[in-house]
Amino acid sequence: MPEREQIRRTPTERPEEAVDEAPSSSEAGEKLKAELDDLLDEIDEVLETNAEDFVRSFVQKGGQ
Amino acid sequence: MAIRKICGIETEYGIVFRGVEDPNPITASSILINSYLSDLTRSGGAVHGAPGVGWDFEFETPGADARGVTNPESMPPEVETHMVNAVLTNGARYYVDHAHPELSTPECGDALSVVTFDRSAEVILERSMRAADALLPEGQSIVAYKNNSDGKGNSYGCHENYLIDRDLPFGRIVAEITPHFITRQIFCGAGKVGSELGFSSELVPFQISQRADFFEEEVGLETTLKRPIINTRDEPHADPQKYRRLHVIIGDANMSEVATFLKVGTTAIVLAMIEDDWIRRDLRFAAPIHALRTVSTDLSLTAALPLAGGGSATALEVQRYLFERAVDWGQHHGFSVVGEEVGPEILRRWNQTLSGLETDPESLASTVDWIAKYRLINGYRERHGLEWGDARLHALDLQYHDLRPEKSLARRVGLETICDPELVLQGMSFPPEDTRAYFRGACLAKFGDEIISANWDSMVFDVGSEPLRRVAMMEPSRGTASHVASVIESSQTAAELLAQLDA
Repeated sequence: MPEREQIRRTPTERPEEAVDEAPSSSEAGEKLKAELDDLLDEIDEVLETNAEDFVRSFVQKGGQ
Repeated sequence: MAIRKICGIETEYGIVFRGVEDPNPITASSILINSYLSDLTRSGGAVHGAPGVGWDFEFETPGADARGVTNPESMPPEVETHMVNAVLTNGARYYVDHAHPELSTPECGDALSVVTFDRSAEVILERSMRAADALLPEGQSIVAYKNNSDGKGNSYGCHENYLIDRDLPFGRIVAEITPHFITRQIFCGAGKVGSELGFSSELVPFQISQRADFFEEEVGLETTLKRPIINTRDEPHADPQKYRRLHVIIGDANMSEVATFLKVGTTAIVLAMIEDDWIRRDLRFAAPIHALRTVSTDLSLTAALPLAGGGSATALEVQRYLFERAVDWGQHHGFSVVGEEVGPEILRRWNQTLSGLETDPESLASTVDWIAKYRLINGYRERHGLEWGDARLHALDLQYHDLRPEKSLARRVGLETICDPELVLQGMSFPPEDTRAYFRGACLAKFGDEIISANWDSMVFDVGSEPLRRVAMMEPSRGTASHVASVIESSQTAAELLAQLDA
């Protein structure tokens, strides 16, 4: 299933006054992609080392 | 007529005691909070904190039900009074609740102030972790997470509170605010990998809300089991003839400041609109719990949700309608009850966010938590060719909410900030000036030694010569800096303060 597509939508009707406000362009898209790549490079260093153990041992008592 | 929307947030943080065999979360939470309090005492005591002052449970009635009946089978658990429970000089309460550290912000005058004090709370937690680690043996460490679920079916809350008019019939509140609670998650959901209702990662790889899996009822008194969308706890912590406190248990804890701002800001406006009878369409969903879960798992934001009165609407359509009513409401009523400057900013952000969701959700990756988190986790998944059920993706989800700045992934995804960092630091020690929290915090800072206990609507002073004196604070709008700052300043002792207040 193409997950990335799930949060994309084709533009539908949108109110007149909103046109200027929605921050969207292919340029911005490219920039976001590059930023994401940088971010993914960077986070490898801070990620919990043993993901499986970390996730298994993250058990909380239920609260409110 | 709408009344001023005094509001606040209480967050239960997830807690991990690293380096300890079979850790006890209550112990860990107590160590965390006590470490902070002793750190405050060491670094100058009363100015920054009043660790000796405990919480006063005298008039707490968590079992009172807004519907007017009390069902003995749905009583909340007894409040545990023996655990750490401190009042801070910023007017907040910092305590252990249900095996979690919890911090309730002071009462705030508007949504931006709530965001600031919610951020101050995060910094308090950061400092608590550092203080605890300094005291713990080598190899042990306590880590707090600002999330709402462990991914294994256990949830803990981030509750909001709003002051509302007692005259407003409770049935109308339920009918008119529920559609907002079901649909606002599209911009204030914190995002979650997978489902805790037993659905496979193929069916629910990722969902919008941390909390949607845990709600089973439309209306009720519970907060820990069979959680209801509308909580009916009738405990106003204010004059009960005039006020209710709407206790909102359905929100996610947000890492994004903009998301917290929108969560609180839009809710304050919708509640004010309900008080002014400004919502003209019946937006009730035919099946609210089903609608809540459908919205949470529909990343395309296109699901048509059947309405009780016939027809259907998407979450975005409901939000767009509420936004349009809010614009109209603002034009007729002004924004005094939600903040003259903050009100228009809520509308601007609300509109911008809905437009982004309508056209290009990924453009909101710097303001909406679930989109920021989805982008990060899905990017990682694609880069490493992982399946959605992979533990590494769950780990990223948890680590998004890690409150250690050097570990937090939310701090790295480029979230926009809207709080003044100076005010965030100031908010650790100093109360808001525009609610009664000012009186609480300023008194604790100056007369901490003469205060026996405090709670939301009163403080108990011990001035030596006379019996203990309880000062009632039943009006959340009174006790502000403009009301009492000069009196507090000109009093050298609590006795002088009380004499001036009596005069």
